[in-house]
Amino acid sequence: MPDARITVPAPVPRGKPFEVRIIVRHPMETGYRTDESGKSIPRNVIRSLTCRYNGEVVFSARLSSGIAANPYLRFFVTAKESGPLAFEWVDDAGVRGSDSAAVTVA
Amino acid sequence: MTKPASGVCSYTLKPRRRWLQSGAALALLPWLPAHAAAEELPQIPAMTAFLAGRKPVAARVRLTLPQLADNGQTVPMKVTVDGPFTPATRVTAVNLFSEANPVPEMAQFEFPAYVERVEVESRVRLAASQKIVAVATLADGALLASAAEVIVTIAGCMDGT
Repeated sequence: MPDARITVPAPVPRGKPFEVRIIVRHPMETGYRTDESGKSIPRNVIRSLTCRYNGEVVFSARLSSGIAANPYLRFFVTAKESGPLAFEWVDDAGVRGSDSAAVTVA
Repeated sequence: MTKPASGVCSYTLKPRRRWLQSGAALALLPWLPAHAAAEELPQIPAMTAFLAGRKPVAARVRLTLPQLADNGQTVPMKVTVDGPFTPATRVTAVNLFSEANPVPEMAQFEFPAYVERVEVESRVRLAASQKIVAVATLADGALLASAAEVIVTIAGCMDGT
């Protein structure tokens, strides 16, 4: 099952900003919750998320427990050349995730 | 009210119209965007540390959150910084600070590459009714900020059990 869903518009006009949407499957555990036996559930949130467009970092986010579970982000990137839009993220447990989408520039 | 209806207090002639007007204004109140109400930035130690004595200008940043959030677990948030931008005055980062969350630094969004449309949408967790502040940093060092107040009915840190 994929860990993320990325949405980019199909052909994007060159030089114009285009909308990028990503939703990552992650519990974003705050560290304030307890399980059935009363033990506290350790914090586990996606600390950082990076978006590369043709290898160049175009957007990055540092997140905290103040971001809802299954973090959703929507932002804009300037269209230059057709190529991959690659996301990478890492959580408190050190688990890394990645996903990418193809951008076609008209 | 015992006065005869004259030009001095002509409003007594149309109490129903006035009543309807005030009713309409009240009905519209909850739909006003949250950023319309909040002008002054709240005191958040983490934000004070981030600003390090610098004074952000209350302009061009639009932080949109619902005025009333039923569930603090997931509250839609949108922050927009109005242009125009040049490569020298582009937005490099947008920081979100929370007044009442256990972690006041909610998020930092960075824009290493130039983009003419600076707009980030996400969903946030809110521990209590509070003010949220968005601070935008420009490439020339200028700071822009905006605050929004949200009333939270169910806190985002609770288990719900």
